[in-house]
Amino acid sequence: MYGKRSKFLTVMLTIGMAFFYIPIILLVDSFNYSKLVLVWGGWSTRWYKVLFESEEVWAAVNMSLKIALVNATFATILGMLAALSMVRFGKFRGRTLFGGMLVAPLVMPEVITGLSLLVMFITLKQFFGWPENRGFATITIAHITFSMAYVAVTIQARLTGMGQSLEEAAADLGAKPFKVLTAITMPRLTPALISGWLLAFTLSLDDLVIASFVSGPGANTLPILIFSRIRLGLRPDINALATIIILVVAVCIAIAALIMFRQQKRDMLDQQLAEGEK
Amino acid sequence: MNIGMKNDISMKVKNQNSIVDRFLRRLQENWRSIVIIIPFVWLLMFFLFPFFIVAKISLAEIKIASPPFTSMVEWADGGIMTIRIVFDNFLYIINDSLYINTYLNSVKIASTATVISLLLGYPIAYGIVRSGPIAKPILLFMVILPFWTSFLLRVYAWMGLLADQGTINSLLIALGFINEPIQMLYSEFAVYIGIVYTYLPFMILPLYANMEKLDSSLNEAAADLGSKPTNTFFKVTLPLTMPGVIAGSLLVFIPASGEYVIPDLLGGGNVQMIGRVLFNEFSRNTDWPVASAVAIAMLFLLVFPIIIFQYYQGKAAEGN
Repeated sequence: MYGKRSKFLTVMLTIGMAFFYIPIILLVDSFNYSKLVLVWGGWSTRWYKVLFESEEVWAAVNMSLKIALVNATFATILGMLAALSMVRFGKFRGRTLFGGMLVAPLVMPEVITGLSLLVMFITLKQFFGWPENRGFATITIAHITFSMAYVAVTIQARLTGMGQSLEEAAADLGAKPFKVLTAITMPRLTPALISGWLLAFTLSLDDLVIASFVSGPGANTLPILIFSRIRLGLRPDINALATIIILVVAVCIAIAALIMFRQQKRDMLDQQLAEGEK
Repeated sequence: MNIGMKNDISMKVKNQNSIVDRFLRRLQENWRSIVIIIPFVWLLMFFLFPFFIVAKISLAEIKIASPPFTSMVEWADGGIMTIRIVFDNFLYIINDSLYINTYLNSVKIASTATVISLLLGYPIAYGIVRSGPIAKPILLFMVILPFWTSFLLRVYAWMGLLADQGTINSLLIALGFINEPIQMLYSEFAVYIGIVYTYLPFMILPLYANMEKLDSSLNEAAADLGSKPTNTFFKVTLPLTMPGVIAGSLLVFIPASGEYVIPDLLGGGNVQMIGRVLFNEFSRNTDWPVASAVAIAMLFLLVFPIIIFQYYQGKAAEGN
């Protein structure tokens, strides 16, 4: 629905975008020599040096990246299987429960998810002696559980959006259902799989509350480390870290947008061909 | 004898072959069930099962041990089983005004923030829908983009803006509007800003998705029949976008009412919200039974909005 945009709407859009972006832009003032974040003391890369020389920061970055990589991969596989089940398999026993459990993590308050997972890990340890220490494994399992829901939603949207005309054409030409899945559906899902993977990756890097619950003493992820520092007030080294994180995210998003744009163009061509020959 | 053994072996090989064969055939026939079972079991184990344990602990008593609560089922000598269920934790929450007040305060903050987000988000979403074919995807992208940067750092950014020596106070003093800094950080005001800032995209996106599907010819028809734009908005556009309004509001209200990070960082000790109480009960006081009871009480508060949300989610999925 296009149409004329009234002056009021344009003003609201401008205010909204300013509201979104001014705080993020102001965060990038990390080249300040002064120890006080809000007092300018001249240009300096001093806080980057402080940041890079801290072993604690490197350990947390390492931990967070490892968790995010494993999480994104498993969450994408599980989310894809869940989305296929919900969209393409029709009715099956337990579908309502399955669908409910799949959407619930999206809206469940993090404190509840975190608490319940921790309590479960402790019960497991009591009965089976595993997990002995809470850290990498427990955080990864917790992250997979909530990120797979986000991945599933992304892939479900793509599955319903791309329709079934190509699948039906393949089936008409004699392809078995399994062949249709691997030869037609999966390749066309690639952009959704990539964006699902990236989403799961950033969700994992971003999570503080759930990771705090299910991590044991000494196992710090990057958000846990940042939180413990900024609780006491503003810190120049955290501003430096924020600058780096925002730059990395910006580069990743630019690449992702490019991939999606190209895929979308190709996909539209496929669709036109399939529908044209019907 | 010899021949018999040979036969035996070849039979075995044949059997094995057919077992593998049968397994592969079964796999090919039942691959759909396998696809369903893997994520299903994962969610049962790591999403549903933990809630039952929390419910169980909420009915236990605190004990100085590891884990710090009594067990529900105990085996006495001679194989007699006793089941202990204690409702003390729920009574404790109900009778302690701290919990009731925190509970009500969370609902108040979350619902007010939801209304503010709706008032801001509705015109923004409508503005995006009404934009041209080039501006539209860019604006949409700009709404999603903050979601991809760290949530913690976005809240931290507001600490820098709202602090006594922060950007806003310095600016107001430099411009001569005020002489003394206004205390904004560590107040309810800061918590409202934090929640609206964080959850506004969750309001805009469902609204946008809903408005995008509207048929503009309805507006034209109303205008042709002599309806003024404001009248058309309240009689046509607003009622048709109610599903988006409800979905967006729930997506803001539900996570906001359980929020821990925002009240902790922007509210300091001055703003009590239920998520923060739960976290502290658990990590500082290690009173797991009471923390679990708080979690169960919180779930009851949210179960109704969550069901409404899923109902609309399901309807939207069928609509596609």
